[in-house]
Amino acid sequence: MTNLLELNGISKTFRGVLALEDVDLVVGENEIVGLLGDNGAGKSTLIKIVTGFHAPDSGTITWKGRRLSHLDVQHARELGIETVYQERALADQQSLWRNVFMGRERTGRFGLLDVKAMRSETETLMREFLRFTSKSVTPESPVATMSGGERQGVAIARALHFEAELIILDEPTMGLSVTETKKTLDFVRQIKTAGKSCIFIDHNIFNVHQVVDRVVLIDRGRVAGEFNPRDMTIVELVEHLQHVAETGSFDEAGAGAR
Amino acid sequence: MSVQSTEVSRPLPLPPRSRERDFATLFRRYGLQSATSLMAIALWIVLMVGASQTWLHFDIYSALMSTVPLTGIVALTLTLVVVAREIDLSFGSVMAVGTWVFMSVHQPELGLVAGLAAGLGAGLLNGIIVVRFGVPSLVATIGTWFFWGGIVVYGTGGNGGGTDFASGFVTHLLTGRIGGYVPAEFPWMLGIAIVLWFVLNRSRFGAHVYLVGDNDQSARMMGVRTDRVRMTAFALVGVAAAFAGIASTLEANYFWPTVGSGAMLPTVATVFLGGTSIFGGRGTVFGTVVAAFVIGAIEPGIVSLNLTGLLTQVIYGAVIIGALVLQAFVLRRSER
Repeated sequence: MTNLLELNGISKTFRGVLALEDVDLVVGENEIVGLLGDNGAGKSTLIKIVTGFHAPDSGTITWKGRRLSHLDVQHARELGIETVYQERALADQQSLWRNVFMGRERTGRFGLLDVKAMRSETETLMREFLRFTSKSVTPESPVATMSGGERQGVAIARALHFEAELIILDEPTMGLSVTETKKTLDFVRQIKTAGKSCIFIDHNIFNVHQVVDRVVLIDRGRVAGEFNPRDMTIVELVEHLQHVAETGSFDEAGAGAR
Repeated sequence: MSVQSTEVSRPLPLPPRSRERDFATLFRRYGLQSATSLMAIALWIVLMVGASQTWLHFDIYSALMSTVPLTGIVALTLTLVVVAREIDLSFGSVMAVGTWVFMSVHQPELGLVAGLAAGLGAGLLNGIIVVRFGVPSLVATIGTWFFWGGIVVYGTGGNGGGTDFASGFVTHLLTGRIGGYVPAEFPWMLGIAIVLWFVLNRSRFGAHVYLVGDNDQSARMMGVRTDRVRMTAFALVGVAAAFAGIASTLEANYFWPTVGSGAMLPTVATVFLGGTSIFGGRGTVFGTVVAAFVIGAIEPGIVSLNLTGLLTQVIYGAVIIGALVLQAFVLRRSER
């Protein structure tokens, strides 16, 4: 089976500073990949290459077995790569349905908005994906009235509704309470259920450990190691991360890796 | 069998609507508009009781229907700009520029087209300065306000002129009296309000105006062409300003190079009184229309109540502050 996305030998330099060096990253079909790494390790740069925001200095990008000669933001969106940024995902004062259809509003006759269709599709999404239990939430509710976890859910539901193949979640649990974090992680699991793939970036290794199929560790612009979270307990993982932080390498940490 | 099959095809039941939720939703959606309307009605009752000889006759309404649309039409387009989290303070001078161009052409139909085109150009210039060069719209449009005002003073040498050359179709079209009573400005404002309601609520552009004002960054990331949205909003104000300038000049039968110089405060006050948020992302056409009449009724109201005209500014200020405090109160309640 071909992988959904393959990055090979990606390097990127900003004004003489090496941000990424010979990075390989694979995302399989229907796979949740966790990206772990310290601030400045190169996670964001890597993500911006995947979303077409930065072009790599060298290396290749392959999507569904086809090598892409060039990837820009528009092209990435057309392929089905969608990013969910926590703070920047939604327009707070606007209704749920306006947020779901942001930039992709449905129009009917005379180019007028088909509000009815958008409301009812939003209602379906609320019932089937978001599973909002509170009766006070309707497609007309402004998203400002929703909790942090619910808002992440809205952004993820929006991506899935428009058939994103690969959803990139950039620190989706930052600043959320324990309950809201749990809600967000449940939505991440639903990406898996929906048969789509995800790159999940988080500082919190406990969150990553819970939902991902594979963890890729980035350190100082390089891939420091990969492992299956099911092969390793949280305690072991923390030890490895400390080792990586000290030595920049995962493999020599020994016990249990790969 | 047939009973069973209808059972199966029935859609999933929705959760029952509780009355409480309906009230909360309604309050959130219409609270501000209701507050503005109630205030307008209260003012109206006060005027009808306090000065019934004026406010129970049609003449005052005929007068209002010719004056209110001049601020109202600009305020309606300005609403879009403010919802998009920008401001345009230059429209007073753009009114003068559009009218000056109209007067200079000396052929009414062509002049009207040229005047509106000049307004469009001035609006686009605002858009370019704000969008392309990144100058905050507050200062950018104060700059173009001075600039265009100066251009008209320089171009006319400060001299006005009569509008007799246009006393045919164009004058009737913009300022005629329908059935002898209803000034044409009024149906123009209603028509523009209806069109802008559709634009704001039922077009992609309108949806994008709200999104740009609410969260520009996320709108851009979701593929909204935010620069174009802003540019269009500024352009609309330019055209509306030229239209209002030409109509008020035809109404007065004389072109004053200072036309529009007193328009800024009542127009801006109308937009905010109508419930449009200075923080962007929120505002309605309905609110602006109602507010235009409230603002327009203040001055004749003071005169008809036999209060001294020296109080005009005081009452103006008090009504605006009171209305904005009321709005802030409603907003805070509805966000709970």
